[in-house]
Amino acid sequence: MKITRRGFVKGAGAATAIGMMGTPYIAMGASKKVVVVGGGTGGATAAKYLRMADPSIEVTLIEANKHYYTCYMSNEVLGGGRSIDSIKFGYSGLGGHGVNVVHDVVTEIDAKGQTVKTAGGQSFAYDRCIVAPGIDFKWEGIEGYDAKVAEDIPHAWKAGSQTVTLRKQLEAMKDGGTVVIAPPGNPFRCPPGPYERASQIAHYLKHHKPKSKIIILDPKPKFSKMGLFTQGWKALYGYETDNSMIEWRGSAQGSNDNAVVKVDAGSRSVTTGFDDTVKADVLNVIPNQKAGKIAFAAGLTNDSGWCPINLHTFESTIHKNIHVIGDASIAKGMPKSGYAANSEAKVCAASVAALLNGQEPGTPAYVNTCYSIVGKDWGISVAAVYQLAEDGSKITKVSGGLTPTDASPEMRAREVAYAHSWFTNITNDIFM
Amino acid sequence: MAYKKLQRALIGALVIGASSAAFAADKPKTMTGASANMLAVTCAGCHGTNGASAGPATPSIAGISAVYFEEVMLGFKDGSVKNTIMSRIAKGYSDDEIKAMGELFSKQPFVPAKQEFDAKLAKKGAKLHDKYCEKCHADGGTSAEDDSGILMGQLTPYLHYTLSDYKAGDREMTKKMKKKVNQLIKKEGDAGFEALFNYYAQGKQ
Repeated sequence: MKITRRGFVKGAGAATAIGMMGTPYIAMGASKKVVVVGGGTGGATAAKYLRMADPSIEVTLIEANKHYYTCYMSNEVLGGGRSIDSIKFGYSGLGGHGVNVVHDVVTEIDAKGQTVKTAGGQSFAYDRCIVAPGIDFKWEGIEGYDAKVAEDIPHAWKAGSQTVTLRKQLEAMKDGGTVVIAPPGNPFRCPPGPYERASQIAHYLKHHKPKSKIIILDPKPKFSKMGLFTQGWKALYGYETDNSMIEWRGSAQGSNDNAVVKVDAGSRSVTTGFDDTVKADVLNVIPNQKAGKIAFAAGLTNDSGWCPINLHTFESTIHKNIHVIGDASIAKGMPKSGYAANSEAKVCAASVAALLNGQEPGTPAYVNTCYSIVGKDWGISVAAVYQLAEDGSKITKVSGGLTPTDASPEMRAREVAYAHSWFTNITNDIFM
Repeated sequence: MAYKKLQRALIGALVIGASSAAFAADKPKTMTGASANMLAVTCAGCHGTNGASAGPATPSIAGISAVYFEEVMLGFKDGSVKNTIMSRIAKGYSDDEIKAMGELFSKQPFVPAKQEFDAKLAKKGAKLHDKYCEKCHADGGTSAEDDSGILMGQLTPYLHYTLSDYKAGDREMTKKMKKKVNQLIKKEGDAGFEALFNYYAQGKQ
């Protein structure tokens, strides 16, 4: 299928401009085309909610893969609590909402020509484009580590085959082995993720390989939900005792003492900034991150390696008519989480639907809710409700917070059930 | 429903008191006035698209009474209804926003959860429901018109949680409910609730 750009795009733009001045938009038979690049949490949500907001909008979603594996709950796959298939989702549900799903790789977004081009030679014209490229890795920060090495020494920070590899390595490891986890520096996808991962792996080891240890080599002095994680680790995994299953080695602010700077794939060992060598039986290195590849190709990133946006509409501040959502965007005030991507997608979809109909985007509303499962019947969470700062400079938290440290065992158990409900409902909300 | 109205008025008064105190502190200037739909879609990540939850535990809020929604949310907000997560979230909304969300969710269809149940217990539960619960949770617990929570087809773990919160005093029962619950406990013990929950897990009368 070849879709070429038609003359109406210009007309629609002019009509939008009139609409912004308060005159109702007159459609004049012009169609409203949106191309969504990327079918992860943000992209798939945006595509669905655009169709829900206005079924007259033609939505094409372009995604390389036939299936998406959610990063959230992939740590439970590592812990042995769920199968990889339970975090696998297809795109037929979006088809049911009238989204045209195309499996291809986007290679170019022509901002001036308002056209998206793919590796398969297809071309898609758009009135507005929503880019949800997720993350890519800064391989250059760690000597001896790259995409090829990661097939054997997985980052598993995009769920899928690497999640399976890492799980198999944990299963094959001898009792008494050492698992080394190297979390990335800020900012990165899913801030509590590496620590939930350590928890889930500890949960597995406690029951199957109790003499084993987990060492976390962290480039940071502190981490997300730190107090709650360490509380759980103390209760469940002997944290800070002689028999602690988890050892966290942080780096002071400005130092890289415990940051992994080099990987020796052959001996499965790493070197830290302090020049310590740590040998692992199972090694999980998660490099520093930046916006997904297409964001760079389309010129949507700034010096930070992420995409600056208008926080009201998620429209790029670099290129007009292109919106960036999810982990790749600089959504000042919101974390790079699945729930945030889902929430941003809805704000973006509402704004895009309004703009295409010549209306002012309405007041946005954002939420983030993020659960971590520390162990059996031990769930913790962080939640926040946000409003946009009046001057548009920040997405401001207006309420929220962490699970109280004095929560009862009953409440912590409920948080696990809520975490699993969260997973069912958010994945339905995205893909069904 | 005079009691409910009074209760709402009282809660409302408390909340107004609390929020005017909060305004005195430095509050960042933010854009307010989001539409009910914009507010409501942010709930879907936990409660399901349009508020219909696929479980296992987070309740469905689609199709429930607007009055009940408002009552519980205001309870989370002022702390009179204790909840690990909602107490943190509810404070982020004004009373008007809560009201608007309640009205919107009340217009969505309630989707009964698909759950397993024991038919024999459910049969007993049906009788117990008629005897102890029907007066407020009308039409076999399916009604939203009565401004009580929908019980039929609601997620069983959530019903367990809510009951245990009531029993622990983390949430206050109305006088009538207290009387009926005590009668049920006296007569049937916890087995009575088990039967009721199996009845509600049927999803239909």
